[in-house]
Amino acid sequence: MLTDLYISGDSPLHRARPAWKLVLLFLFCTLLFVVTHPVMLAIGLVTIALGYAVAGLGPRAAYTAIRPAFFVLAIIFAAQLWLETLWLAIYVTLRLFALLMAAALVTYTTRASEFTEGLLALLSRAPSWVPKAKIALAISLVWRFIPMIRAQFDEVREAQRARGLDRNMLALVVPLVVRTLKTADEVAEAITARSLD
Amino acid sequence: MTTRDITLIALFAALTAVMAIFPPVTLPLLPVPITAQSLGVMLAGGVLGAKRGGLAILLLLVLVAMGLPLLSGGRGGLSVFFGPTSGFLLGWLVAAFAIGWMTEKFWDGLSFVSATLICVTGGIVVMYAIGIPGISLVAGVPLSKAFMGSVAFIPGDIVKALISAAVMVTVKKSYPIIGQTHGAA
Repeated sequence: MLTDLYISGDSPLHRARPAWKLVLLFLFCTLLFVVTHPVMLAIGLVTIALGYAVAGLGPRAAYTAIRPAFFVLAIIFAAQLWLETLWLAIYVTLRLFALLMAAALVTYTTRASEFTEGLLALLSRAPSWVPKAKIALAISLVWRFIPMIRAQFDEVREAQRARGLDRNMLALVVPLVVRTLKTADEVAEAITARSLD
Repeated sequence: MTTRDITLIALFAALTAVMAIFPPVTLPLLPVPITAQSLGVMLAGGVLGAKRGGLAILLLLVLVAMGLPLLSGGRGGLSVFFGPTSGFLLGWLVAAFAIGWMTEKFWDGLSFVSATLICVTGGIVVMYAIGIPGISLVAGVPLSKAFMGSVAFIPGDIVKALISAAVMVTVKKSYPIIGQTHGAA
């Protein structure tokens, strides 16, 4: 099934409105980029540590947040060390680390459904030329389609494995795309039949 | 935009998300595994056309920003838009649109060769033209170094352009979407 990266909890950060969290994140990142001073970076890092503590997220969650980027951070550190100075290498790497951790904090404390609700609330106030109903339909359709296409992909892969073709990208992609296009016609007909158009 | 257009956009957003779990292909002599996800970007443009293809990728990126782990390796959430590869995510959007635009332009005489050229132009030239400055900006390294670091991925992208072109030509023969009269089906 489709799950988001949300980690449940009942902290002030979990309860805050998604829109405010996004605004704060944006301000935080802008500040870190505009004010290039070590003190600013130190304040930023302490703020993030406090944020994780308030949200009740332990070092495990923090480690999970940064693990995919670890390799990239290491490369950046090495590149900076080679091109510039050790001091700048530490600074740039820590700053990127701070940005990634802050963004992950918002993601961990906000359900995807809360973001969807926020987006729809924003849409309801949008001018009339914005196709609100269609945007809402598209978002809810993707939620449904991802598990469906995943199941279709497994079927195609099983079938091609029987032919010894399960490592052949073309043999996997062509049937999957054609099936997807057929599904589009069926689903569109079903939606039209219920006169949503 | 008909209901069918919306359905196609949602389906290709989902298809590109599912491609994150495709078995990664490793080319001999190259240390970089090829994930299929940017193949989904090429296909969205090449099968759906500029507008629908671009919107499909935009929809996927919105869901990723909401915290769904839909990128390869289970990545997702807001942090991917701050990382060094964020330029490539923007590049996906532009590449899908560019590939779609070119495919529509050359639709009547679309062959495997022209489809490959379209995918290479949109999926490699356009994508890297946006992605590499992104790396340079976020990581604070000069453009030339960011370029050197990305070169290793180009052979894999060429393989994906070839696969995408083959799919585009097959789909044009068996189930064309671009070039239909609007509102059909």
